[in-house]
Amino acid sequence: MNKILKYDLISLITYALIATFGIINIYSSSYTESFTSIFDYRTLVGKQLTFLVVSLISGLIIIFTKSKFFDNIASLVYFLSLILLISLFFFGVERGGAKSWYILGPISFQPSEFAKLCTALFLAKFLSIIQTDLNKTRDIIFVGAIIFVPIILITLQPDPGSALVFLAFIFPILREGLDLRFFYFGIIILSILILTLIFNFFISSVILSSIFLIIILYRRRKRIRLNFIKSSISLLFLVSISFSTNYLFENILEQRHRDRINLILGKEVDDKGIGYNINQSKIAISNGGLFGTGFLEGTQTKGDFVPRQHTDYIFSTIGEEWGFMGTFSTILLFSILITRIASRAEKQPIHFRRIYCLSFSSLLFIHFFINIGMSIGLVPSVGIPLPFISYGGSSLLIFSIMFFIYLNFDSSRLKED
Amino acid sequence: MLKKYLLIWLTIIVSVIFIMRLASLQLSSDSYFNSDFAIQELSVYPERGLIFDRNGNLLVANQPSYELIIIPENTSEFDTISLANLTDMNPDELKRKINSSVAYSKKLPSIIKSQISKEKNAFLQEKIWLFEGFYLRKNSVRDYIKPFASNVIGYTGEVDRNDIANNSYYEKGEMIGKQGIEKYYEDELKGIKGKKYYQKDRFNRVIGPFNNSLSDIKPSKAKNITLTIDIDLQEYAESLLQNKRGGVVAIEPSTGEILTLVSSPTYKSEQFIGQDRTENFNKLLNDSINKPLFDRSLQAQYSPGSPMKILNALIGLQEGVINENTTFTCNAGHYYARNAFMGCHNPFGTVSNLRKGIYNSCNTYFARTYRGIIDKYETPSEGLDNWANHIKSFGLGDYLGYDLSIGKKGFIPESDYYNRFYGNNRWGSSTTISNSIGQGEILTTPIQMANFATAIANRGFYVKPHFVKRIDNKSMNNRDKNYTTIDKENFEIVIDGMVDVVDRGTARIAKINGISVAGKTGTVENFILIENEKKQLTDHSTFIAFAPAEDPKIVVSVFIENGYWGSRWAAPIASLIIEKYLKEDVRRKWLENRMVNGSLVEEYEKPYKFENFSINE
Repeated sequence: MNKILKYDLISLITYALIATFGIINIYSSSYTESFTSIFDYRTLVGKQLTFLVVSLISGLIIIFTKSKFFDNIASLVYFLSLILLISLFFFGVERGGAKSWYILGPISFQPSEFAKLCTALFLAKFLSIIQTDLNKTRDIIFVGAIIFVPIILITLQPDPGSALVFLAFIFPILREGLDLRFFYFGIIILSILILTLIFNFFISSVILSSIFLIIILYRRRKRIRLNFIKSSISLLFLVSISFSTNYLFENILEQRHRDRINLILGKEVDDKGIGYNINQSKIAISNGGLFGTGFLEGTQTKGDFVPRQHTDYIFSTIGEEWGFMGTFSTILLFSILITRIASRAEKQPIHFRRIYCLSFSSLLFIHFFINIGMSIGLVPSVGIPLPFISYGGSSLLIFSIMFFIYLNFDSSRLKED
Repeated sequence: MLKKYLLIWLTIIVSVIFIMRLASLQLSSDSYFNSDFAIQELSVYPERGLIFDRNGNLLVANQPSYELIIIPENTSEFDTISLANLTDMNPDELKRKINSSVAYSKKLPSIIKSQISKEKNAFLQEKIWLFEGFYLRKNSVRDYIKPFASNVIGYTGEVDRNDIANNSYYEKGEMIGKQGIEKYYEDELKGIKGKKYYQKDRFNRVIGPFNNSLSDIKPSKAKNITLTIDIDLQEYAESLLQNKRGGVVAIEPSTGEILTLVSSPTYKSEQFIGQDRTENFNKLLNDSINKPLFDRSLQAQYSPGSPMKILNALIGLQEGVINENTTFTCNAGHYYARNAFMGCHNPFGTVSNLRKGIYNSCNTYFARTYRGIIDKYETPSEGLDNWANHIKSFGLGDYLGYDLSIGKKGFIPESDYYNRFYGNNRWGSSTTISNSIGQGEILTTPIQMANFATAIANRGFYVKPHFVKRIDNKSMNNRDKNYTTIDKENFEIVIDGMVDVVDRGTARIAKINGISVAGKTGTVENFILIENEKKQLTDHSTFIAFAPAEDPKIVVSVFIENGYWGSRWAAPIASLIIEKYLKEDVRRKWLENRMVNGSLVEEYEKPYKFENFSINE
């Protein structure tokens, strides 16, 4: 009994609930009248169940593995994942416009999922080295490289959605000592980009200048000395970002990305064309009401109105068939899992494990934020799965492995090995 | 601190925002998004009610028909010309229809062509798969089993914009009664359509019933209608009226049930079914000479002619102006005012009592009676209004309230009509003398004539004439008696005179062995404007009758336009109808042949030949 109690049961139960709910919703969203058996490997649920079983077996193995093992293999698997990502360009199979799959017989595998795990381990490994100092430019560049090499490789597939997920690692890096100014700087630049896209260069420059003026006046009253040259340069820098926004937007991004961003900013309404996914998803979700239409009863789900509803848009099925009760519970479960892992991470005395746990929690958060956010029309459409729920073997397996590594680390908090 | 809990705080904030957003999406009562896309609503129509005649003969049933449907969204490129050839449509028309379907809705089905026959459907079914987005849908149209009484039964047609605007029940492409019983009893005949809901997928394909069909609404059954019409009698009457213009109305006097209502020339209900229905309708509508869509029995207003004398006799008796022994002398007419002579076909010096006046149809007798009725009062206004009041009690001068939606009021002049014309009471009985013999201002329709004959046959009352006997099993017959202002005892002497009309008077040709027929002929002067010149045409031939006189079972009113003497066409036709109805078998084949084969077409063509013509030949 004591053996079980040493594991984080709250997380384990939450994990079990989310994974079960995922299977139920895949069953519903891929349901057809000619359905045979859920254990039929040819069906989507059959495949997903198989992967869940594989995940649990891997989990069992992981739990009884010594924690030190993961520390030891961190560098190795990271480079292995990079090799896998690179060889995709030669041996990969193209699906949905991106060369991001290996296919071996009945098994298909997405190395970008694997890379998340490996990057988390390797990042933890590097940051936990005693000499690493995030105030040193050299180390900052190295940390940046750890993250951006897989990002670039994945973007080239091209699968920018999956690449975006790697930005999650900003949280453990900040936690481990990166100056918060990097974070603020990122937020300011993002705000300027959005501001410029919503209005235009002229208006956003005026807004920026007025904000600067207010700050200057405020500081004068407080009699705080101000370096005029420095602040003029920063203003000029920000204005030039605003100025270059349109160029970046029009030339770097593809039309479909522009469309998605414009939709979220409310600059375009096209429920039948580019906005079809989001609109159908919102229709399905609002159709659910408080209690939902019931399992297998969602009209939008049955009618396959929401494209990719068993993968990226599975939240719409939850919304329609389980209603607000279902969506509320899902969000609650995810926030419990994320905050639980993040807070337990803080109790880890061993840096490697703490950083890994926080990375895992951050990855979960980014998936949770982007996937549900796009399903309800708050975030531009980005094709990434909802962990443990969306259909996809690689995703389920990798997230499960990451989860069981967390369980392992958490249970052996006070042990060195 | 911030760094440590940044992720936790962000998770909580994001979760709260998500939950608020979901609450607004899922819990707000006003459903901004609807799920119309996912559910296909199909109307399920109950079979339209059947129509039977009074003896249970099926007159109107339903037959399968097919419609070519398009769902524009599902179409791919196709050869318009070959589809047009396949469906016998004009390519331009086909294109126009497709364009209007696209404008209506890309997702919803629209009808490209309706009322495709069974045979044509079998042929099309084999080819239509070549045209994606098109399919054939079964529905039903009317099957008019007996091609008679079309003017009573009417027809159905597709709802037009007004129908939809007036009644939200109807949707584009549905059928509605457009005329006759089909129109008047639309609510009973249509039943109430039901709804079936289907689950669709995003390709707009139906993938199964929605909610296990639990949300479906069952259609409620239509009602069957039993008419008062006797279809055999109707058929017989229609055959008698071929090649003649006019109307026949036969009523069962005790109940007011209309046994037969003929208008000639007329249309056939089945002309409004099938591929040529639009063409047929336009042809009928544009025939401004024969006016087949104009129901002469219900809508044509004629001067009543001599049958009016019967009413004047009754009023005279009621007012005490005459009694059965009152005699007037006729000098082939009489001077009713200075230099104003009304002619009569009776020879000089004929002395008539009431019966003789009736059976010889003496103008003089009834002109004098009429003057007595009017002059009884101090002012002509009072006299005339009293007279009109009596007349109206027979149902003249107003709609009768029968159950068809067309009709005319006719016209019974009252004092204010003449006062307006001549000045207050600056007129008198002699001014309005034409009223006495049913000429002049009075206008009646054939059904009104039949109705007043009914009141005479019933000795003082009529039941509102009607066309429907039963709706499903509910009898429609308990109707009120409308009493006339004439006392019962005054009828017998007049009816005796009407029997004499057939026995030895103007309508001896209408005599039937073994049945006492009461009748009254009429010969109605009429005029037409040709190039702004008023020209007299051959008189209308008219006859009212009932039989057996002592206990009438049938009342008939016949009106034949430009048939000359009442005894020439109207009386024989009425007599044959009575014989057919009471004896089922017509013995007088010679008379029947004469009527069936007789044609007045030449007579009708006279005014349109633009040359001088003679009348009353």
